Formats: sequence, structure tokens, C-alpha cells
Amino acid sequence: MLISHSLATFGRYCLFMKRVFAIPDRWRTFGSRTVLEISKLGVDSIPLVMIISLFIGAVIAIQMQINISSPLIPAYSVGLATRDIVLLEFSNSILCLILAGKVGSNIASEIGTMRVTEQIDALDIMGVNSANFLVLPKVVAFLFFMPVLVSFCIATSILGGFGVAVFTEIITVSRFVYGLQAMFNEWYVWYGLIKSLFFSFIITSVASYYGYYVRGGALEVGKASTDAVVYSSILILLLDVILTKLLLQ
Amino acid sequence: MIEVKDVTKSFDGKTILHGVSAEFKTGKTNLIIGQSGSGKTVLMKSIVGLVRPEKGQILFDGRDLLKMDTDQVKNLRKEIGMLFQGSALFDSETVLGNVSFPLRMFTAMTEAEIRDRAQFCLERVNLKGADSKYPSEISGGMQKRVAIARAIALNPKYLFCDEPNSGLDPRTSILIDELLSDITHEYNITTIINTHDMNSVLGIGENIIFIKQGYREWVGDMHQIYTTDNEALNDFVFANDLFQKVRAYVVQNEKP
Repeated sequence: MLISHSLATFGRYCLFMKRVFAIPDRWRTFGSRTVLEISKLGVDSIPLVMIISLFIGAVIAIQMQINISSPLIPAYSVGLATRDIVLLEFSNSILCLILAGKVGSNIASEIGTMRVTEQIDALDIMGVNSANFLVLPKVVAFLFFMPVLVSFCIATSILGGFGVAVFTEIITVSRFVYGLQAMFNEWYVWYGLIKSLFFSFIITSVASYYGYYVRGGALEVGKASTDAVVYSSILILLLDVILTKLLLQ
Repeated sequence: MIEVKDVTKSFDGKTILHGVSAEFKTGKTNLIIGQSGSGKTVLMKSIVGLVRPEKGQILFDGRDLLKMDTDQVKNLRKEIGMLFQGSALFDSETVLGNVSFPLRMFTAMTEAEIRDRAQFCLERVNLKGADSKYPSEISGGMQKRVAIARAIALNPKYLFCDEPNSGLDPRTSILIDELLSDITHEYNITTIINTHDMNSVLGIGENIIFIKQGYREWVGDMHQIYTTDNEALNDFVFANDLFQKVRAYVVQNEKP
């Protein structure tokens, strides 16, 4: 029962994506909607990303200091570990889990409300490919802007860790900075960016799918919003494992 | 003209429409009436292609909707305007943006031409000075008028209205009815209105199709409805004292 339901859902999701990735009716309209979505989904997320990253960066630095303080481990390891945790996991997977909550619920509730208020039917009646018109700009905009959000996240997290070094006495600034630069592997940055692109696609497409197929009223829109966050989070975690295996080994 | 022939539709094994046939005439206000749950919304959604019937034919001036490919359906839809029960205006667009939308999507008009046409449509529905307002900032009656303006922006051949008077006060309902009737005659549109508003039935019903429990029960016009001996229709239309008195008055005064 669960398997057949999952397969049916996956099949419907694939058919939905086929409609989403059609050629837009009007490129100019598509372009303007994409710019609008970049602002709404991407730029508006920057403050949240920066606030969370700043504090998490600081917390990672403090926890590293507590957990790896040993005469056998060099002190600069705090900076090194903070940097690698941020690059490998926090700036992409954890960030995308957070954004699945903010952006995913926003998309699902917006499209779901359009469905229950017949706005999507109105588009269909006019002969507009509603899935393409509503969803493709969101997917493209978020894919396009995700590297920017990841970059902001990395920079602010490192700044948070650096703040710990500056304002507390648990590690010196010079050792922290030395740790940040030590044994730097450039691939980790690319690895994080590649993962984040996959995750951004999951967030927008899964949330759009749940919003698009809402039936009922406000209660169902709320449920679709929750489902969108839950399922996109699960898929992000699953894909995280697969991509880590593929990209790091 | 739109012809519906032997249309049958079921949901989850329950048949909602039982072989319904009807003709909707060009240049006339065609009304589909019936109690809630009778299948009139399913019939309208079947005609516009939002729901696909299991059986039957839906002919738009001889072209069968159910035999069309995707491109043909897309082209047909450019000839259709629809007014939804809740207006279905795009929240993120202004009044002018809503009316301009189909023009922007489907015509090669310049921005100035689009603006002129949209303003003409808004003036046609007697709505001035609301161009820059958002749907949430205007009343229900105004929203309906914006939706009508949007529906007629592309000069449709077919206009569908799902419960256009729902949620409106009686005075505004009459204005909307008059507007729909005027537009139908002025542009020679095939207009189909799904309603259970008796004022509409008796005021603008030039061709009325009464649906009962998924069957087409009666066909006639607003004059014939006073003298019908169809019990189900009489129970439905003249359910309250006021309409019974109206019928008695009309029947008495029309006697030779």
C-alpha cells in the first residue's frame, strides 16, 4: 500500500515536472517573474541566512574548542574544524533544511492558495500552462540564487567563529585564522555548492508539487505546506548521503 | 453555439452526470440551474475542459472538445472567457494587471495598446479609478466586474460564469446580471451562467437548463418557467412565498 502510494506520487511528480519544464508561453513574462522570484525567495532569505549562520558559526567554534581541547591536538584545529564543518555540511545541507522551512512553506502555501481560490483554474482556462507559468520561475530563480545564499552563509559563519576568537579568550585570533587557512581543500567549496543546487531544486519542486495539487480549503493548504517541508527535508537528507558518497569518495 | 451530447461523468464510482444533453445558443444568456449537488458545476467544468467526462460530446460550433489535441484545446481556450464563483483574480496583480494579463500573454499588442484595451474593458463594466488597486482592496461586486473585464479582454466567443451572484447583495447581483446580459447581446457571445439565484433565472434566463440529480430535467426560457408543470422545477424555482406570488401575478396578467 505504502509502496504503491509512493510510486503513484512519484509518477505524478514526474508528470508535473514534465509540464513545469515546458517552453514558456512568453519569455518576457518568464524573465520578469524570475527576477521577482529571485527577490522574493532569494534576496528576502538573506537576513535569515545571515542571522542563523552568524550564531551557528560561533557555536561551532565554541563547541570545537570544548571538544578538541587536548595537548595532542594543535589549538588552530578549532579554526580548521569550524571551517570544514561550515563548508561540508552547514552551508549547504543544514542551510537548505532551514530554507525548506522558509521557502518551501512559502511556495506551497502560495500555490495552494491559488489553487483553492481557483486562480490556477483561471490560468488553465485562459490556455496558460499554469505549472510552467507558476513553478518554473521559482525553480530557476532559486537555483540561480542558491550559490549566493551559500556564499553568504559561509562568510557569516566564519565571521561568527571569528567573533568568538575576538570577543572571548578561548582561542587567540591568530590561531583561529591560521586554522581557517590550514590544509584548505578547494573542492569542499565546490562540493557544497553542487549539493546546494540539488537541494534547491528539491525545495522548490516538491513544495510546488504539494501546493499545486491541494484540494479543499485553508486546512488542506496548511497540510500541504507541512507536507512540503517534511518531504523536502527527508529528500534533502537522503540526497545528502548519496551526494556525499559520490562527491567525496 | 455549444452543444453537449450525452455527457456522463463519475467521481469515485458515483455518477454525477447521467447522459446530459443540451444546447447553449449564441447571443443568448444560457442558464444552468439546479440545487446544490445536482451536478451543474461538474457540467460547466466538463464543458470548459477542467473535468473530462467518460462519455459524450462537447461541441463548440461543431468542434468536439473531447477529440481535440493539446494545441487545439489551447487555441480553443483563447476563445473562452470565464468568471469564477470567487472571481479568481490574481492577488499579486493590480486591477489593471489582472485585465491586462490575457492580453499580455496571448497578443502581440504593445504596452500602450494593452493598457488602452484593459481600460476600455474596465470602463465597459463601469469600473473607473480602480486601476492601481489590488483585488483585496476592492469590494466583492467590484471584483466580479474586474473578473468580467478580464474575461472579455480577448473578445471571447464563449463566456462561462460560475455563480456570478454568489456573495453579492441583491442590488449588485442585478447589476452583474444586467452587465452579463448586455455584454452577451452586444458582442454576440455564447454565455453560460451557472446559478441558483432566482432573480437571475427570472430576469435574464433566455435559455434555461434545469439539472436534477445529474439528469437534464427541463429546458425552456424565463417566460415558460411560469407555466411549467414540472414539479421539481416548480419546487426549486418557486420555493418561497414571494416567487409564488410573482408567478401567480404573471400568470394571471398574461391570461387573455
